[in-house]
Amino acid sequence: MAQNGIITVTELTRRIKGVLEHGFTELLVQGEISNAKLHSSGHFYFSLKDESAQLNAVMWRSRVQNLPFRPADGMKVIARGNITLYEPRGSYQLDCLSLQPLGVGELQRAFEQLRNRLMAEGLFESSRKKPLPEHPSVIAVITSPTGAAVKDMLSVLRRRMPSLEIVLVPVRVQGAGAADEIAGALDLVNEWGGADLIITGRGGGSMEDLWAFNEEVVARAVARSRVPVISAVGHEVDFTICDFVADLRAPTPSAAAELAVKEASDLIELIGNYCYTMHSSVMNSIAVRRKTVEHLVRSYSFHRPIDLLRQRSQTVDELSRRLEHSSRQWFQSAALRLREYTGRIQSLDPALVLKRGYAIVRQEGRVVSAAHNASVPGEAVITFHDGALSATVHDRTTEDHGKERD
Amino acid sequence: MTALQKTMAKKETKQTFEQSLRRLEELVETLERGDVPLEDSLRLYEEGIGLSNECLAILKRTETRIKQLSKDLSGRIQLTETDGDE
Repeated sequence: MAQNGIITVTELTRRIKGVLEHGFTELLVQGEISNAKLHSSGHFYFSLKDESAQLNAVMWRSRVQNLPFRPADGMKVIARGNITLYEPRGSYQLDCLSLQPLGVGELQRAFEQLRNRLMAEGLFESSRKKPLPEHPSVIAVITSPTGAAVKDMLSVLRRRMPSLEIVLVPVRVQGAGAADEIAGALDLVNEWGGADLIITGRGGGSMEDLWAFNEEVVARAVARSRVPVISAVGHEVDFTICDFVADLRAPTPSAAAELAVKEASDLIELIGNYCYTMHSSVMNSIAVRRKTVEHLVRSYSFHRPIDLLRQRSQTVDELSRRLEHSSRQWFQSAALRLREYTGRIQSLDPALVLKRGYAIVRQEGRVVSAAHNASVPGEAVITFHDGALSATVHDRTTEDHGKERD
Repeated sequence: MTALQKTMAKKETKQTFEQSLRRLEELVETLERGDVPLEDSLRLYEEGIGLSNECLAILKRTETRIKQLSKDLSGRIQLTETDGDE
């Protein structure tokens, strides 16, 4: 110490600094965040306060990046850190190493606040939900490229619909900045415009881990997305704001993939059934027309030139030949294809259909494919896979009563 | 006869799977109702068979294509092929 007891500001400050920085280390300080400011440098400046005191604090960028949530004014937290003194300004502050919301209660409160606000705004209304495409060709998947979720989703999507095009948009799904990345990815997919459907999500974790999906930026990006969004965050029990805003919430990432696409093999079977239906419908109307022509030949043959009748009858024959031709070709190539792929063409085999419990009704050797085609009253033969029954047809109920043809 | 008009109008560009399947469903319904003239129903039938072939060809594809979407530093959208990560 200099003479007269006089010391310089610098000297004093250094002594105070020594006392403070040695005496106040590894602190756990509880308080409420105020004056929160994320500087463009990435450092986070804030104050911790309670009813009667205030403490300046700073968290350096490298640590901010690991924060599981976005600290905001009013949030009660526990800050871990050391007191440091900044000599040029003579001020002391808490050098904050980590920040923890004061219990899950605090996160829960933040969650509820945002949920209530967005709900009041109508963001969760079912009228806002966009219908999902039934058969998407291109699906954008927004998630972490390294997590289990992406593997699960890809494998389910691939298995169900191998012809799919999947567009990955890799993002961080936790830590500071994750929410911005997710929101940015949602906007990017919309800007690109090539996807029919978006799935965003991540695997399970603590509420802090899932927090990015509870942030407003994500909610807003989902809300403004023109491409329908399926949200799949965490496990079945986890609900996030993103789930509420999304057009569909899936309980898990793999469930999202299941909801997104149908199974290719089911569609193949469906298309097979369509072809079968078309075929029998056209066969049926050919049969009806043929009957009409025959009827005409019988009843009007005295009044009309016979040539015209022959012509009509010929037209019908020709059409039925054409049908047989094109359908035989189709069924042959389809059979090859389907067998090659799943063997499901077998479901078209009448014998197998019969084994599943269906039966064929015939009258006078003709298949009766509709109630209105049956002769009533009349005799019928019902063929099962293991034999046949003869039956008597008493009466008929059809959906359009009274429009019976003979 | 809207089904027919659509048949005529539908000479445009390549359809998506979803569009093809929807049109196929429409044709099946029309044919099932049985209220179109025979000539027309045959034409619809042939269109239906064509569509189902198209759809089956798509469903038959087995290699899932996986791409990655990102933006480069100048803000241009980039779509890069990945070899699938298996």
